[in-house]
Amino acid sequence: MDANAAKLLGAGLAAIGMGIAALGVGNVFAAFLEGALRNPGAADGQQGRLFIGFAGAELLGLLAFVTMIILVFVA
Amino acid sequence: MTYVTNGNLAVAAEGGKIDPMHQFLIEPVLGRPWIVGGYDLSFTNSALWMVITLVALWLFMLGGMKRELVPSRWQAAVEGFTGFVQNMLISNVGPEGKRFVPYVFSLFMFILFANVLGLMPVGIVPGWHPFTITSHLTVTGVLAIISFSIVLIVGFGKHGFHFFSLFVPHGTPLPMIPLIFVVELLSFLVRPFSLGLRLFVAMTAGHILLKVLAAFVINGINLGPGYIAIVSLPSFVLMIGITLLELLVAAIQAYVFALLTSVYLNDAVNLH
Repeated sequence: MDANAAKLLGAGLAAIGMGIAALGVGNVFAAFLEGALRNPGAADGQQGRLFIGFAGAELLGLLAFVTMIILVFVA
Repeated sequence: MTYVTNGNLAVAAEGGKIDPMHQFLIEPVLGRPWIVGGYDLSFTNSALWMVITLVALWLFMLGGMKRELVPSRWQAAVEGFTGFVQNMLISNVGPEGKRFVPYVFSLFMFILFANVLGLMPVGIVPGWHPFTITSHLTVTGVLAIISFSIVLIVGFGKHGFHFFSLFVPHGTPLPMIPLIFVVELLSFLVRPFSLGLRLFVAMTAGHILLKVLAAFVINGINLGPGYIAIVSLPSFVLMIGITLLELLVAAIQAYVFALLTSVYLNDAVNLH
């Protein structure tokens, strides 16, 4: 296979990772809302943890993006 | 003809080739570099936008630091931010967290202002190019290293070599201690990278997305009325939505950076 074509294919495959990270971020907020609606009194105290979970899930999607950018522009 | 939108100077109309990375180019403001003794000391657009961020932040704080008994609206806004950061530190670190309010507040406000100023539509003025300083790993990396250094200094200064007990949680079975120690040490050492990388990539990704969509709008306009209807208009509507999302991301990333810094400070102050 042509090296350039392989690079672009790899970048496209890396984009799948961003989609899956989107599922993860959705999952974080869905679980938070589910819990928060059952016990609204405890919800405000957990917002810090919500954003830590969000940041963790988002970071993995962003790493897929970095892989993509490196494949297209650097490698 | 150049088409300007969302603070991003889009590609020139006649080109048609999408070049989303050009906006991140660091170049001397005055046109040519200023070399002193082999070192490039030019005043770059990155430095210019750092100064603009600093001035904006300074003006914002100056208007709100009058210490009136009955706060004006401006003072209420500034107190809202300081109170927000102080609450974050107290709930994460405890009463000792108040010592770190000045640092975390500066960090939060600088990142927030830098992110939001990078989204401002200053590209409308011909010849002006907006620049997001947080879209460079050198800037966010240094911010992350400062945070990490403070964690190390506070941790070792307060607990001495007892700080290493951070890497062995309570109740770890004896045979597992070497393995857990290595895993915890790795997860600790990777923190500055993930901290800096997250902010840098989130900003870069958003600006690339906006630039690509802006290029779709231009190229569609150049191709004729049919393309305007099916390409340019939907892209433009999407850009408006994405811009709002980017404003949210700009605030969330500043918040996450400050929040993770305070969580890491909690480890250093209270161990486990």
